[in-house]
Amino acid sequence: MEGILEFFMANRGTIYMVILSIFLGIEMISHVPAILHTPLMSGANAIHGVVIIGAIIVMGHAETAGAMILGFLAVVLGTLNVVGGFVVTDRMLEMFKKKK
Amino acid sequence: MNDLTQFSAGLSVLEISYIIASVLFILGLKMLSHPLTARRGNFLAAAGMVLAIVATLLLHKQDGNPIGNIGWILAAMAIGTAIGWVIARRVKMTAMPQLVSFFNGMGGAAAALISLMEFPHVNQELMMKSGMANGHVLAILLGLVIGSVSWAGSMIAFGKLDGRIGDLRVKAMKYVNLTILAAIIGFVVYIMTRDVAASAELTHLAVILFIVSVVYGVLFVMPIGGADMPVVISLLNSFTGVAAAMGGFLYSNQAMLTGCILVGSAGTILTILMCRAMNRSLLNVIIGVFGGGGATAVAGAGGTIKEVSVTDAAVLLSYSKKVVIVPGYGLAVAQAQHICHELDKLLEEKGVEVRYAIHPVAGRMPGHMNVLLAEADVPYEQLVESDEVNPDLPNTDVIIVIGANDVVNPAAEDDPSSPIFGMPIVRAREAKNIIVMKRGMGKGYAAIENMLFFNDKTRMLFGDAKSTLQALVNEVKAL
Repeated sequence: MEGILEFFMANRGTIYMVILSIFLGIEMISHVPAILHTPLMSGANAIHGVVIIGAIIVMGHAETAGAMILGFLAVVLGTLNVVGGFVVTDRMLEMFKKKK
Repeated sequence: MNDLTQFSAGLSVLEISYIIASVLFILGLKMLSHPLTARRGNFLAAAGMVLAIVATLLLHKQDGNPIGNIGWILAAMAIGTAIGWVIARRVKMTAMPQLVSFFNGMGGAAAALISLMEFPHVNQELMMKSGMANGHVLAILLGLVIGSVSWAGSMIAFGKLDGRIGDLRVKAMKYVNLTILAAIIGFVVYIMTRDVAASAELTHLAVILFIVSVVYGVLFVMPIGGADMPVVISLLNSFTGVAAAMGGFLYSNQAMLTGCILVGSAGTILTILMCRAMNRSLLNVIIGVFGGGGATAVAGAGGTIKEVSVTDAAVLLSYSKKVVIVPGYGLAVAQAQHICHELDKLLEEKGVEVRYAIHPVAGRMPGHMNVLLAEADVPYEQLVESDEVNPDLPNTDVIIVIGANDVVNPAAEDDPSSPIFGMPIVRAREAKNIIVMKRGMGKGYAAIENMLFFNDKTRMLFGDAKSTLQALVNEVKAL
């Protein structure tokens, strides 16, 4: 328990940021017209693909063969999330844009 | 793991890149929420992502060591890019919801894998100080559990939307699920209270936790019915956000944190908005069994169904002043959006005012219908939301309901015992004439009877939406 409290103390700044980000996220979505919900969900989906950074870090410091394989897989999946997410979102939005 | 203790130019540039990336994510998401800027917003967010990735590859250092295995990483990224690009470009627009679900699952899996790999390497200093009960272990375990649930759940959601997996509805499911959930929480606590010198000694427990979480993810989505799927996808989307944010905690990586927390909270609020549009509580979606028991009240109240011929329907439409089309998923399934637009163009040429009433949950995801109609080149201005169109319905000559059911069901306003009671609907029955295009007398996803079909003003046009619309177009042309 003490360890967790210490972690909170050591990461105060981060926790503030997290809380503010939560409100920011809520605020932003509350004003979105329903027609953009699908592209928005898809765009948000692509953004959490930023998990790929974690995958790169893990893979970048992998030493054993097992870790290499898992890391490789993590990078592939993370990239799929990022690329697929952005491309699909763009494809949807392209259709909205064709006419004024 | 977070060694910002000593200053170096490289690390500063890395952190600055992360700040810029975070700002780009926020701006991107903001711009995504407005029709005119949405595409640029998506582009900005993608640019932020590229910046964060490149900066990490070049500048990230852990305990003084730069990123290694660069060749392998680039190879993995090349594979992911190729597969992701091809799938994203090729898949049909009607399959969009399952595609989003699929990509979401990939992110969840990546988050779970990261946790699995980081688990044996918890900082020795932290372990000395507080044993397993430290923040890093908590972040790793939460990332592992949430990521795996999100992955497994998304895959099941993908299979269901794609029609590969059916619903599994057993009353006992919810108790089984709650038990597993409790077990997972208990297990996390168990792992964190073990007294060991290094976390690596407990790796096998982490693997078990991973497996149980995957099982939970599967069982969690299995009983949820088709109509609730968008809610689940949106929920899993925010899950992945939270799981990935745990990685951000772990690496003190601000870009990961901001991006993922934003997605997590935005996803949660989007989920709640969707639930509200369907008049369902989130808890109900998660543990309740939808539909099934709801079909009680209206059964006997039936009445007669009146059909209409295509010719009569065509005449009726051609001599109307105002027509409203209510598209549903049936239209999308039949791939009839193009032919539908052809019909509305023909009618407009004859001086009929045609609009589309879009219910917030029409299709398989909120806004899905808009994407489909946009694909068929239906002008943006012709699409109106149900709240906007409702007051004008008494002046509408004909309302055509194409492959939609629950979103026009008057039970939502009349019948307090109905499972959809209170859901905002398109008040189709207020129009002067109602034409309902349906494949047959099947029920909607909520599995309840729709009194609109028995209304005196209602005429049914049975058949596949595409061929019926085609016949209608031919008739209107011939007039």
